[in-house]
Amino acid sequence: MTADRQAGPGLTGAPARLTLSKALNEGLRKAMEHDPKVLIMGEDVGKLGGVFRVTDGLQKDFGEDRVLDTPLAESGIVGTAIGLALRGYRPVCEIQFDGFVFPAFDQIVSQLAKMAYRSSGQLRLPVVVRVPCGGGIGAVEHHSESPEALFVHTPGLRVVACGDPADGYAMIQQAIRCDDPVIFFEPKRRYWDKTDVDLAGGLAAAFPIDRARTLVNGGDVTVLCYGPMVRTCVEAATAAAEDGRSLEVIDLRSLSPLDTETIFASVRRTGRCVAVHEAPVTGGLGAEIAARVSQECFYHLEAPVLRVGGYSTPYPPSRIEEHYLPDLDRVLDAVDRSFSY
Amino acid sequence: MAVKVAGQAASRSGTRRKPTDQPKPAKPELIQLLTPEGERTEHPDYALELTPEEIKSLYRDLVLVRRIDFEAIALQRQGELGIWASLLGQEAAQVGSGRALGPRDMAFPTYREHGVAWCRGLDPAKLLELFRGVSHGGWDPKAHNIHLYTIVIGAQTLHATGYAMGIQRDGALGEDGEAAIVYFGDGATSQGDVNEAFIWASVTNAPVVFFCQNNQWAISEPLDRQTRIPLYQRALGFGFPGLRVDGNDVFACLAVTRQAMQAAREGQGPTLIEAFTYRMGAHTTTDDPTRYRLSAELESWKLKDPIERVKQYLIRSGMAQEDFFAAVSAEADRVGARIRKACLEMPDPDPMSMFDNIYAEPTALLATERAQLEAYLNSFVAEEVGR
Repeated sequence: MTADRQAGPGLTGAPARLTLSKALNEGLRKAMEHDPKVLIMGEDVGKLGGVFRVTDGLQKDFGEDRVLDTPLAESGIVGTAIGLALRGYRPVCEIQFDGFVFPAFDQIVSQLAKMAYRSSGQLRLPVVVRVPCGGGIGAVEHHSESPEALFVHTPGLRVVACGDPADGYAMIQQAIRCDDPVIFFEPKRRYWDKTDVDLAGGLAAAFPIDRARTLVNGGDVTVLCYGPMVRTCVEAATAAAEDGRSLEVIDLRSLSPLDTETIFASVRRTGRCVAVHEAPVTGGLGAEIAARVSQECFYHLEAPVLRVGGYSTPYPPSRIEEHYLPDLDRVLDAVDRSFSY
Repeated sequence: MAVKVAGQAASRSGTRRKPTDQPKPAKPELIQLLTPEGERTEHPDYALELTPEEIKSLYRDLVLVRRIDFEAIALQRQGELGIWASLLGQEAAQVGSGRALGPRDMAFPTYREHGVAWCRGLDPAKLLELFRGVSHGGWDPKAHNIHLYTIVIGAQTLHATGYAMGIQRDGALGEDGEAAIVYFGDGATSQGDVNEAFIWASVTNAPVVFFCQNNQWAISEPLDRQTRIPLYQRALGFGFPGLRVDGNDVFACLAVTRQAMQAAREGQGPTLIEAFTYRMGAHTTTDDPTRYRLSAELESWKLKDPIERVKQYLIRSGMAQEDFFAAVSAEADRVGARIRKACLEMPDPDPMSMFDNIYAEPTALLATERAQLEAYLNSFVAEEVGR
């Protein structure tokens, strides 16, 4: 299928240094080559290649039947993806920005999430809904939301978030192969971050999509994060190390289901836990983590589970978003507070 | 690899018929009162009497809103605005319709209605606040009867319809009554909200005018991704009249909107106006239209420029001379300079303001979080002082 495509960096064995946007693009390409049933659908995903260029060049190479520029209607994108999935296709929907996922909310929550259950397992909907998420890009309203908790709260959906290009490349392929619906969050302010990506490696060797991954080993406090906060927390670990504090940073990757095994094992060793996300702490994923860790690791805890996240406000105007968004200092502040108990 | 033959829709399934395959309806009538060459024409249903002063005033508005737009693009390029959605090419649709409104009518804009906002008397600096990122809008919609910009596509069509249902209940219909007008684009017509608004307005006979600026492009998607028939013809299926107007003709936009608004005020229900125009610039300053459309298309629309035709008409009819055009141009420069200054002097909001106006009364949780952020920020100040 890609015989006419030149072997680029990364295809000959040596890892390529790619942005997250490009890594996702390569992952989508791989998935489309692997399975002719994989479709891409969304607004501006064709000729333009998506506003973040994640689908760049795919329509040109796979045709308009497989990469669909849809009418401007998010409910329609997800609703028709469900229909296509019923016919055996594996649609990958792009929601252009986080704030525009809500017109599709009914289709996702009431239809996509429940079809397998309603059909007593006779129907499976292998639909992926890609959602660029999070703030920090100086955008106008509705372009910086972190709505993951709403989907985590919805049984029947798998919810994942990638944090870097290498993970993005593998996770998007794993999500597409998954027989469950997957809400796939992409941290838009990390789209231009680069890491090495092994384009020649197969999925068999890839880290499982439903497991959390320990990125920094440490003994003093467990820091749980995902998506845009992964880089922030790894940097916080480096800064903390200079002060003699040893942070263990875990990228959750799968937000639903949560890999509690990895989380609990770490917290039982460190005795301290800080959960970090951009979304408001009220009713956020950190609340779920705090409850479960408190219940399962109670006798190991030296301090209550602390949360670092957005305030209980709408996402503010971008000129003050730096005060809303968790940053390295706020993560370290929480770590300090964790030691004050 | 699916082989794609140039000029053909890539189709195995036959699902992608091109619009040319369709039975052709009669060529849509385009209501026009001023040709691209600046010739005044008459339309049997849309008589329009304008004094030379009124025409010059329309010209002035067109020039000023384009100048405001240019200034905003420049400010964005210089890093003073986060983003800007240009109205370039759509000045006549916005000024024509905006000038058709009475002070008590209510306008519901998208995020591109800078010309309408200007006609409503809103200070353009307020628009810059949104795009600079110091507020989410922040103007009082009741002060000038223009609602906040709505970014979620099409949502405001339902708000306008509900507002119009309120007008009915308030007994504010009649010759001197009120009506609502709502703006949206060709892309928005695909949204469920817009179609629901059509249904609501139709069955309630609400006094609302749906003003669709069909600028041919929803970011990169051409009109044929949204519709197979001329958009104005959709109104018939919902049960109210629709019409297509030359969106680059400020006279025609004024005339048709006046008539539709008056019909709404007098209890005759909604109208869909499709203003046929062209987005001459990028979708926003972050967009690159060279990736998806041909420059020849833009060049052909430049010949239909909404401002040039009014200028030609003013010159040919002898209503205005060079001194008038020079004065408008100078005024435009002054307005541009004024909004630039306002933008540069715009203070960043107090971080604590993020906790304001979420509920009618602050909650205990918000008070706690506010205190936490304040203490946190003060800890840095203390640290600085301590060094």
